[in-house]
Amino acid sequence: MADFTLDEDQRQIQDMARKFAANELRPIARECDEEAVAPSEVLDKVWELGFCANAIPENYGGYDLGRSALTSAIMVEELAWGDLGLTMAALSPLLMMVPILEFGADEQKEEWLPKFCGERFFPGTAAIMEPRIVFDPLELGTTVETQGENVVISGKKCMVPLADQAEHILVYASPRNGDAPQPVKAVIVDRNTPGLSIGPKEKNLGLNALPLFPVAFDQCVVPASRCVGRDRGIDYMKLLNLSRANLSAMAVGVARASHEYALTYAKERFAFGEPIACRQSIAFMLAEAAMEIDGMRLLAWRAAWRLDRNEDATKDAGLAKMYCAEQAMKVVDYGVQILGGHGYIREHPVEMWFRNGRSFSITEGLAIG
Amino acid sequence: MIDFELKPETKQLQQMTAAVANGVFRPVSRYYDDHEHEKVKELYALVESMTPPVRKETEGEGKKRSGRGLAQGPEPNVALVVSMEELAWGDTGILLCWPQRGLGNSAIEAVGTPEQKARFAGKFAAMAITEPGAGSDTAAITSTARLDPETNEWIINGEKIFVTSGYHCDAVVVWATLDKSKGRAAIKSFVVEKGVPGMTVTKVEKKLGIRASDTAAIVFEDCRIPYDNILGSPEIQNRGEAGLGGVMKTFDATRPGVAAMAIGVARAALEFTKTKLESEGHTFPYGRSPLHLNAIQKSILEMEAELEVARLLNLRAASMLDTGIRNSLEASMAKAKAGRAATLVTQKCVEILGPIGYSREHLVEKWLRDCKITDIFEGTGQIQMLIIARSILGFSRDMLK
Repeated sequence: MADFTLDEDQRQIQDMARKFAANELRPIARECDEEAVAPSEVLDKVWELGFCANAIPENYGGYDLGRSALTSAIMVEELAWGDLGLTMAALSPLLMMVPILEFGADEQKEEWLPKFCGERFFPGTAAIMEPRIVFDPLELGTTVETQGENVVISGKKCMVPLADQAEHILVYASPRNGDAPQPVKAVIVDRNTPGLSIGPKEKNLGLNALPLFPVAFDQCVVPASRCVGRDRGIDYMKLLNLSRANLSAMAVGVARASHEYALTYAKERFAFGEPIACRQSIAFMLAEAAMEIDGMRLLAWRAAWRLDRNEDATKDAGLAKMYCAEQAMKVVDYGVQILGGHGYIREHPVEMWFRNGRSFSITEGLAIG
Repeated sequence: MIDFELKPETKQLQQMTAAVANGVFRPVSRYYDDHEHEKVKELYALVESMTPPVRKETEGEGKKRSGRGLAQGPEPNVALVVSMEELAWGDTGILLCWPQRGLGNSAIEAVGTPEQKARFAGKFAAMAITEPGAGSDTAAITSTARLDPETNEWIINGEKIFVTSGYHCDAVVVWATLDKSKGRAAIKSFVVEKGVPGMTVTKVEKKLGIRASDTAAIVFEDCRIPYDNILGSPEIQNRGEAGLGGVMKTFDATRPGVAAMAIGVARAALEFTKTKLESEGHTFPYGRSPLHLNAIQKSILEMEAELEVARLLNLRAASMLDTGIRNSLEASMAKAKAGRAATLVTQKCVEILGPIGYSREHLVEKWLRDCKITDIFEGTGQIQMLIIARSILGFSRDMLK
């Protein structure tokens, strides 16, 4: 039946993630933004929550607690409320782990999944974004060509998380065999593969705590056995949908952070003898934001719910991502606007959420759950 | 547990109401728009044919049975909004004429005693709140109710306007004050049956849309009604909403209904627009980056997302009602979002369709007119924003005006 209440497990995970975000992420968010770092202690602390090992079957060294896009959406909303950049950095291993878990051939699972079950943070990552205007993940410019036992990868990627630490990068590329479009491949590439070069750390508008790098592939030769799923390949659209649902939920978290802060401020800030929240022009912005945040969350949850049911979620996830990105931007804009001049000053966090919030309409595939 | 799947019973009702909307409402939709205020014969015939009426289940049952024909099954309020969306897709004006589905019926169901529910069963009850000098500000109403101790009757005086179905209904739930000096606490609601001396329908409004539904002005001049026709307690208590005899609670249940109407009409317009566009070779690629969409595609996808958000917010408000959780905030969010989104969607559809959208040969222009009311009645979008803002800020009426 139509039901919008969390079950006991989900409530516990939400509660745990909420406390973690408040205690571990929020207090250092500003510092990490200013210094553009994701401290390894934080990555380890998030790792200890078990988001990788819990999803991996026992025979690969995990706890086999199952994976749910919906539960993940609930969790990442809370973490992103704490800090988006740190959350994306800490959850970056999922970018590599999830595609292997979902579509990897047995020997690939055996080889790779145990690495994600260790005690320490394992820096997995994936390269999907490309440095060009109107980037569309359905039209990748990076190509992968089969040559005998190998594949050859060429192209430029950007916004690759943790590319400085990761030993391997999961690269998404379009096969180049004739004119007919072919399903996108995901190839596990060693960082020291000849032709692979990692550029200097990116400087972006926001997401400063998330170390992002440009990565170029110049005729990189990789064994064909490194293609996830081998000949079967991957369901790229499903991975994209999982990512869109997850990013949508993170957008809810960032929007909520800004909204809560602005709401508290509006009740405490006096002008003309009363709190500014007593004025409809302010109060209605807050009301609209509250309404949109709830709407965003329901859209994100519905996309995730559909993914959990193994149904095609292309429409739900696509609409959720588009809507959540737009509304998140509106809400974080309201956050700065309600604080006025104070919102523009870096002493308050709303300008940081404003910068981070802008990322959702740009990023694809940078989070997955 | 989070679940977006409707119960089989709800899906069945959805199919049934979709068939009614398509088979009964749509074919006569334009006719009753052209023939404003004419009694919708097809609707009465339909209700006649739907025997035995679901109403019988009202008495003695728990609160899960609201008694309205559409609110049935294991998730009655979800079923109600789902089926109202379907029927509004057929025609909102005609849906509003549905006998026994008036706002007054909702009020009687929400706060009436078992005796009152039995006495007024089968009667189509409208609700009369608005006056020439008071709309959203319900506390400002000037209609009065005075008890005649000799006959033990209430004497109602005043003028009400914008009474939906006030002309065709069998009874009207009238809001009147027992003592103007005591503000909201003294406002009570009374059931006045048609034909009572002193009650006169003075005007039937000509409207922008929902023309199948009549909107009446009613004057009460020393209109005497039995003592037992008061809904809720006659005591003047200074306890917020309780003063209105709990009738404000009605809105928690009816606002999702109005939101469902908004979503239904807008969906009709959007479906029509998409079909037209598809017939001319347009496609709507959901998986692509929005950056790659052209203006038409972007508009269509955005409208779909807006309606989906409205629908989900509304399902949430309805399901909370089904599980007995107070939903005033969520109902207002659903109503505000749906009314606004739907109004913009119908406007955009007319724009995209151009002359086809503007022409009265098609129904899209009518849907634009019909839809507008959903952002106005049962609390304007702005009133909903006030309710939401006060709720999230924890502000009283005085702190946020």
